[in-house]
Amino acid sequence: MSELSVNHLLGIKYLNKQDINLIFETADQFKEVINRPIKKVPSLRDITIANLFFENSTRTKLSFELAEKRLSADVINFSAAQSSVKKGETLIDTVNNILAMKVDLVVMRHPNPGAGVFLSKHVKASIINAGDGAHEHPTQALLDSYSIREKLGTVKGKNVVIVGDILHSRVALSNIYALKLQGANVMVCGPKTLLPKYIKELGVKVETNLKKALEWCDVANMLRVQNERMDISYFPSTREYTQQFGINKALLDSLSKEIIIMHPGPINRGVEITSDVADSKQAIILDQVENGVAVRMAVIYLLASKIKQ
Amino acid sequence: MSQKVLLNSKEVNIALHRLACQLIENHDDFSDTVLIGIQPRGRFLADRLAQVLSKDYKIKNVQLGHLDITFFRDDFRRGQKPLEANTTIIDFIVEDKNVVFIDDVLYTGRSIRSALTAIQSFGRPKNVELLTLIDRRFSRHLPIQPNYRGRQVDAIDNQRVKVNWVENEGEDAVYLIDK
Repeated sequence: MSELSVNHLLGIKYLNKQDINLIFETADQFKEVINRPIKKVPSLRDITIANLFFENSTRTKLSFELAEKRLSADVINFSAAQSSVKKGETLIDTVNNILAMKVDLVVMRHPNPGAGVFLSKHVKASIINAGDGAHEHPTQALLDSYSIREKLGTVKGKNVVIVGDILHSRVALSNIYALKLQGANVMVCGPKTLLPKYIKELGVKVETNLKKALEWCDVANMLRVQNERMDISYFPSTREYTQQFGINKALLDSLSKEIIIMHPGPINRGVEITSDVADSKQAIILDQVENGVAVRMAVIYLLASKIKQ
Repeated sequence: MSQKVLLNSKEVNIALHRLACQLIENHDDFSDTVLIGIQPRGRFLADRLAQVLSKDYKIKNVQLGHLDITFFRDDFRRGQKPLEANTTIIDFIVEDKNVVFIDDVLYTGRSIRSALTAIQSFGRPKNVELLTLIDRRFSRHLPIQPNYRGRQVDAIDNQRVKVNWVENEGEDAVYLIDK
């Protein structure tokens, strides 16, 4: 029957195929809801959600907040920059203080990998991981797969290449888990220095030539170079990175078939992707953003339905 | 588990035609009227009625939609079973229209309460009516009554009324089942 197998969304690793199908089927209904003249449903009237952002975010935070408000939940927001975390409060104390205000569900982004898992073991609330360091970003992977499913009908059997900074990317790891679970073929492509050493053990192909990777794929997911997570130089210069791993219109037009271009944002225009590609018909970057709200509504709705009264 | 036939295929058919005629009496050529089948089970009745109206009574352009009320229900997190969402298809304007809700069984009235809230997301109807194949008397939790009914039945709480459709179950019939 239609229920998630988990009480938290900590990572795609903890989900099964049925969970993903259920989330997508529910998201289909929410996508219809958010295209109505009145885009709100009253389901979560008696649920309070805390958005805890210990790391900067624009898209994810807005998307979660909008999803929560469209479901009529009460929402409180917290960002580390303006909080007592600076005064030395621990994560568990911060969250328990917030939960004392009768919060049912926590959406958390944190710079440390595993922060969500840690929290789920110590506090009484459903946790949704909105990105934990370079570990996982499950809702992004779900909305990426959902967008592929919407565009191509199915994810199964499709060839998807993830291009760029795989090493520092939580989007890459979550996407690999999600795509493999749904039966897609996954390839990663980037400079060798930005490919994790044991990445092949996840069952993905590895390619360092962008042109070859693009010829192989149906979908290319372009990632941003995460300069803020780099303490050393991983490639000689941005200019050289762009020449080797940036996608431009000429490269796209030289391919033997039309592929779909995705990007989780924020885009560094002119680095991993040129403006004419980002704004082209082949790019579904803004569809991803729209789908993000529907998918997050589905995740929140399904998790909230498991919270005991 | 014993079951009793409330309506057989012929009787369902007669009821459908009677309901169609009653609708025509009040809605004329249906130019300002839209039919909304309540998901999940009301849609079979709505589809069938629309079919009868257009085929047997030559009503042109019957506007038919399906409304899912899952996200508007008042028992979210209160039941044992999780609520499963269905498709909503309303690809016309509801604003200022006569809306006819169509559901197979009217029981507590809570689904219709949800539907009344849900339909407002699509605009402000001129008025809303309710058509139901089976009206279970004396079991309402809310002050909601049908404008058109196929058959009124007295059923106690541990009985269930099940409406079967050719499209789905292979036969048109209504059963009263003891749980």
